[in-house]
Amino acid sequence: MRLTVDGKTIDIDAEPEMPLLWALRDLAGVLGPKFGCGIAACGACTVLIDGAPVRSCILPVAQVEGDVTTIEGLARDGTLHPVQQAWLDGQVAQCGYCQAGQIMSAVALLDEIPEPTDEEIDSAMSGNLCRCGTYPRIRAAIKRAAAMRAGA
Amino acid sequence: MSRAGRIARRTFLVGAAAVAGGLAVGYYFYRKPFPNPLEDGLAEGEATFNPYVKIGSDDRVTVIVPRAEMGQGVATTLAALVAEELDVELDAIVVEHGPPASAYANVTMIKDGLPFPVFDESTLANLARDGVGVVGKFLAIQGTGGSTSTTDAFERMRQAGATAREMLKSAAAEKLGVAAGTLRTEAGRVVDPASERSLSYGELALDASALRPPSDAALRPRSDWRLLGRSQPRTDMHAKVTGAPIFGVDVSLPDMLFATVRMSPRRGARMVSIDAAEAEKLPGVVKIVPLRTYLGEGYGVIAKSTWHAFRAADAVEAEWGEAPFPPDDAGIWSELQRAMETDAGTALRNDGDVDTALADAPRERVVEAEYRVPFLAHATMEPMNATARFADGVLDIWAPNQAPTLLRTVCAREAGIEEAACNVHVTYLGGGFGRRLEADYAVFATRLAMEAGGAPVKVIWTREEDITHDMYRPAAIGRFTARLGENGLPEALDMKIAAPSIMASVMPRFYPALSALGPDATVVDGSYNQPYRIPNYRVAAVKAPLPLPVGFWRSVGNSYNGYFHECFMDEIAHSSATDPIELRRRLMTDFPTALGAIEKVADMARWGDPLPDRRARGFAFTLSFGSWVAEIVEIADTPEGIRIEKVWIAADVGTALDPSIVEAQLFSGAIYGLSAAMNQEITFADGMVEQSNFHDFDAMRIHQCPQFEVAILENAGRMGGAGEIGTPPAVAALANAVFALTGKRVRQLPLSREVAFA
Ligand code: FES
Ligand code: FES
Repeated sequence: MRLTVDGKTIDIDAEPEMPLLWALRDLAGVLGPKFGCGIAACGACTVLIDGAPVRSCILPVAQVEGDVTTIEGLARDGTLHPVQQAWLDGQVAQCGYCQAGQIMSAVALLDEIPEPTDEEIDSAMSGNLCRCGTYPRIRAAIKRAAAMRAGA
Repeated sequence: MSRAGRIARRTFLVGAAAVAGGLAVGYYFYRKPFPNPLEDGLAEGEATFNPYVKIGSDDRVTVIVPRAEMGQGVATTLAALVAEELDVELDAIVVEHGPPASAYANVTMIKDGLPFPVFDESTLANLARDGVGVVGKFLAIQGTGGSTSTTDAFERMRQAGATAREMLKSAAAEKLGVAAGTLRTEAGRVVDPASERSLSYGELALDASALRPPSDAALRPRSDWRLLGRSQPRTDMHAKVTGAPIFGVDVSLPDMLFATVRMSPRRGARMVSIDAAEAEKLPGVVKIVPLRTYLGEGYGVIAKSTWHAFRAADAVEAEWGEAPFPPDDAGIWSELQRAMETDAGTALRNDGDVDTALADAPRERVVEAEYRVPFLAHATMEPMNATARFADGVLDIWAPNQAPTLLRTVCAREAGIEEAACNVHVTYLGGGFGRRLEADYAVFATRLAMEAGGAPVKVIWTREEDITHDMYRPAAIGRFTARLGENGLPEALDMKIAAPSIMASVMPRFYPALSALGPDATVVDGSYNQPYRIPNYRVAAVKAPLPLPVGFWRSVGNSYNGYFHECFMDEIAHSSATDPIELRRRLMTDFPTALGAIEKVADMARWGDPLPDRRARGFAFTLSFGSWVAEIVEIADTPEGIRIEKVWIAADVGTALDPSIVEAQLFSGAIYGLSAAMNQEITFADGMVEQSNFHDFDAMRIHQCPQFEVAILENAGRMGGAGEIGTPPAVAALANAVFALTGKRVRQLPLSREVAFA
């Protein structure tokens, strides 16, 4: 099976029903997406497929059509993606475990709605659980990233 | 001396003797400083000055932060303690967790386990604290818990930095032929201002580390701090925004196998039979291993990927015996109720004469209530996991863990080897909240590694296993009576609280031969030690004999005692038609730090100003982990249900070493408490936990998250904790707001039993 992940082509020998998350983590060694629930209820495993956010824990690898982007593929030549930079500037992460998923959801949101309202942020991000409660800083960072991109 | 002190001391001595196993014999041993664990692992050209500082000839400065980084920012704050004194920048050092070692024992964590309120400065309390310092060092528990890391490290790690700095100066003085006293240090160099010559730390390290450490290296006064007291960029932030593989689940080793475990869904029940025939035929399965351990029975599946292990585990058929506790909630509550009724408990606070004050109280002056809280899971974002390798008699464990020396003890014992043959590597933690003080997941990983022919095995639990196999925050019942005086203030307050004992549950999981004697202060922590003056004031703890695994959950006893104490205070205020904040002003006149926090939060929220329609507020205060925290929660009635609109927090932590991190911990703690208060409960049926994943054990989501306004105060005389203190008052303030909005006094959590949240 052939996948494009973060711009690289990888061949994986997986059963078709194996979820993308585990194919990435255990077979391809791409450890950025995290396992949190396995039932699409927490968002820790979020990756982008052709730009759209997907919960990789329930998506059979055989059904992947399109380019997969994980948190590991966001930075370009050592320069952080504006969303990552906003996260860094806003000191968002606590334990950090949910943050790969949060950042991927935020990237997808800002690609679709460059200047989201509070309600749009809430609805795009409510599938991403954070047990450390970093939400106040996530909101601020999304706005900062939006402003950064508008200014760029 | 208070009567509470006398009672507590007697029981404390019994407990301490049991725990320390011969304090007198151990006395000399404790006096000897522990060996420096870094000496064995030095790289070429690297020198170590003490257990916290390594400097390489390449100028690389490594600071050891021997506490678990689980999101609370401890790596950054503790590294800054050393960096401040050593005159290096935070971004110029490497932070490592270091090996588990006795040198890193957390003395404060054990001291704070004593049954004395923090404001009890009596000689007795101090003596006992010092005594237990000995016990703590003796047991040498390297733990991260009880919000103690910063307090514990404050002197020690600054001292480590200052000592190394002075040694570097002495070595430079020798080389430059000048007196050490004339030299300065800055940005990783020793500078001679007179000649403008300078030497880098790397050039001096080997010589300097051979010198005798001075015993009198002076610590910088607060007015000279460059790093401390200011918000620093977290040292772990870059890794966390780039998805770096820093967590336990990310451990990757050559030839690694993957595994999962399924332990008895009835906790503590035997595995009566197991049929793995079908499961073994599934692709990717390497081995299915029955597990019979002192921590429970079940089985593990070793496979070629985590997913293969999960799938095969589902296919195994096993039969389980009966649970050793009542199988459902009705039975569990009646067991708690019975303990409440038949056991007088131990009064950890007993001021005045409550019985007499209540005996002749006129009916209309009596307020009575019974409260309940459910069991709760921790649900750390990263499910329980550990990686283990057992090869050539040496056991290596990689685990996100809060107490690595304890983990090493139990895993070495499980493998039947000496502790010296067990290496523990602590990863970053995807959340801890107390769950990772336990070592069950590492014990199971050890057993699976012993079946894997020397290959490393990464054992990850499903979320379902994680929720159903937690060491839960105990359920508790509280029964309260107050007598109001003519002036509306309580003349007497009687609180009795029954809960399964955390200490009694935790202790045998590490030391099966030991039992926790004496009262368990965690049962009433947050009720017995609050800064109120009430003439007749009794708080009694009942240890309910329920053999259900309970453990430390963010803010421990305070998590429910904050709710008990502060909601009942709200009832008292309501009964006497007194404003809740005014009631505190009158009862806390002896405690200016408490009053300061309360006035601050009232100011911030403009307490007393009229609110828009369909809005209401609740207030609560809890002193926990040495910090004084007042919170106001404002809620709104909306067509979708109750929305939490805004939370104001004023917290006096004595000294805030990193305000940004303290602020983050405060709203984090509050959100953790609000999540539980709104919706969370763990219930039992047929001896099994009924909840299993985030669909039925959810937490606050971003659309439910209120705005926060936080004030950090520094008036308290001692430095308090930060990681847990936001939680207790948040729960109570929300419940009090619900009463103000709806008139419903919800005396059993979660609040969703009686009201709906948006
Ligand atoms: S792990 Fe995929 S949504 Fe939770
Ligand atoms: S930062 Fe810990 S779960 Fe979100």
